[in-house]
Amino acid sequence: MGADTTQHSKTTYREAMREALREALRSDDRVFLMGEDVGRYGGCFGVSLGLLEEFGPERVRDTPLSESAFVGAGIGAALAGLRPIVEIMTVNFSLLALDQILNNAATLLHMSGGQLPVPLVIRMTTGAGRQLGAQHSHSLEGWYAHIPGIRVLTPATLEDARHMLAAALADPDPVLIFEHGSLYNFSGELLPPSEPVNLDHAAIRRPGTDISLVTYGGSLPKALAAADELAAEGISAEVIDLRTLRPLDDAAITASVARTHRAVVVDEAWRTGSFAAEVSARITEESFYDLDAPVERVCSAEVPMPYARQLEEAALPQTADIVAATHRAVD
Amino acid sequence: MSVARPTRTRKDPAHPKAGKKAATTKSAQRKANTGPPTGRTGPEHRTDLLEAMLRIRRFEERCVELYSAAKIRGFVHLYIGEEAVAIGVNEALTPEDAVVSTYREHGHALARGITAEAVMAEMYGRTTGCSGGRGGSMHLFDASRRFYGGNAIVAGGLPLAAGLALADRIRERANVTCCFFGDGAFAEGEFHETANLAALWKLPLLLVCENNLYAMGTALERHEAQTDLAMRAASYGMVAWAVDGMDGEAVEQAARRAVEGIRAGTGPHFLELRTYRFRAHSMYDPDRYRQKGEIEQWKSRDPISLLMDRMREDGELDDKELARIEQRVTDEIDHAVEAAEQAPEEPVGHLLRHVTSSSAEAVS
Repeated sequence: MGADTTQHSKTTYREAMREALREALRSDDRVFLMGEDVGRYGGCFGVSLGLLEEFGPERVRDTPLSESAFVGAGIGAALAGLRPIVEIMTVNFSLLALDQILNNAATLLHMSGGQLPVPLVIRMTTGAGRQLGAQHSHSLEGWYAHIPGIRVLTPATLEDARHMLAAALADPDPVLIFEHGSLYNFSGELLPPSEPVNLDHAAIRRPGTDISLVTYGGSLPKALAAADELAAEGISAEVIDLRTLRPLDDAAITASVARTHRAVVVDEAWRTGSFAAEVSARITEESFYDLDAPVERVCSAEVPMPYARQLEEAALPQTADIVAATHRAVD
Repeated sequence: MSVARPTRTRKDPAHPKAGKKAATTKSAQRKANTGPPTGRTGPEHRTDLLEAMLRIRRFEERCVELYSAAKIRGFVHLYIGEEAVAIGVNEALTPEDAVVSTYREHGHALARGITAEAVMAEMYGRTTGCSGGRGGSMHLFDASRRFYGGNAIVAGGLPLAAGLALADRIRERANVTCCFFGDGAFAEGEFHETANLAALWKLPLLLVCENNLYAMGTALERHEAQTDLAMRAASYGMVAWAVDGMDGEAVEQAARRAVEGIRAGTGPHFLELRTYRFRAHSMYDPDRYRQKGEIEQWKSRDPISLLMDRMREDGELDDKELARIEQRVTDEIDHAVEAAEQAPEEPVGHLLRHVTSSSAEAVS
């Protein structure tokens, strides 16, 4: 690469997502964006700002606050040959469209004996950390990962924010993209892709030899920070970013645990029935004889997410919790 | 926007519920079908309508036998008594139009041209079924006929239908999407969300409410605070009519007018078709919530008898012709059952096919 001519400007996760949407709308006239406040408002989190002016109201389409109707309309439009990108404000609101997502989007291909694929992308925010209270802060992507027939993506880096969408649109089946709200302002240098994003594989974000920190989405920065702290103590932590919760890249986890013999799973959802429980169970099933310690889990406290800052912080997995869990596994 | 009322309102003595909770709006006196009829008419057309209705009726009567003999299983919701709705509406649609249906969809599927053989094989759970044996009675699909189910969640097909219509609008195709649902759907948010969205965006959507007066076992008066369904649909700013759903010709005329309006770009139209299912909600249902007298009254307006009487009066049908039609339909269904009996079962090794587009074939 000609370093002398390449300018890597700084960008944010929000801008990376917006650029991905812009590229999708530009490159395929079957693509349109639809959701609550995506047009005139510019997106509830500012992701689609400017796209209405660029592409017009047919392709950047404000919807009523009717999650079930506009998600279902996305499914129908996908069946009829378009490539809708549907935005739901938060995962909490997506529950109002759960019937459409589970009973239609995830099910139609199978129920129809393979006749009706649903090439639909649904984007939504997830997670806490911005003092938004219980009804805007939960992490329910693990519930969606329970459902056969859909793909669940959790972009945690600028590169994934920028490039996962195109791969999601190329998938003939429904893809749900969970964007952690605390990541939107994350800023850094966005490198050009060397190859198309592969949605089937997890990524090692930091190699290590003593323990595997397995995580995704909004918890990735915390796990990386924990790995820094642990490195200062002489503990080498490998950080695995799952990236895709369904289908889950078991092989990446198994290979990492075979090297490190210990694992901490970090997941912002509640511990009970969490995605961390699934990952932990799989490590037990597939890597039991590689383990030198029980699998540790760092999850949110079993409480609806509180508003007060100190309570919210206490409820969420923090870097210190990941460090402490690592000590329990290593010591 | 107009709210026209049925050709036979409840004040009409011919209506089995005459005098009971008569429609009160002024517009109730107006007729849905003013002006000359459009589309095909005449004796041949009536014969086609009759044969199409008889196909559904005889098909489902055979389903009852097969269900009792444990040849077919699952929840089976029969359409007997409502045939005029499927047939009348289908007459107004082209093959390019889309249809979204409910779990009581044998009639819609057959009306849409899915063969009795493909539907029966699906009931048998065979490979040759229209959903490859994965759907059953409640989930009939045929992409080639733009037949999108087969949706067993009450009102669950409505948003999907709006999306099909939206795609046609965005692509500037002249198609109409027709969505069938029952009166029970009025209690679901999805009906209202979809009605609002469709009217707001002027989508080419035909909303067909089969008001058979019962949401499963709960009577309309016990599940809706306001039972004037067409009036409620009209409140969203769409053209809405209530029509006698036992009169296939009236249904067809109303549907044709609605479809013409939709194709002319006037947005979604709503038809409330007042009909009745002669049998219980499903094969499991002991039907304890309806009076025998009520059922008998409605049977006196059987849509098939109604059309036959009219044809006989006009000298368009005699016993010989009827026997020929019956024989054709019987042969077709006999053949469908025989074919289903002999059709191969999907190998269990194919269990995980079609979960995703790249699904493996092996059993995990």
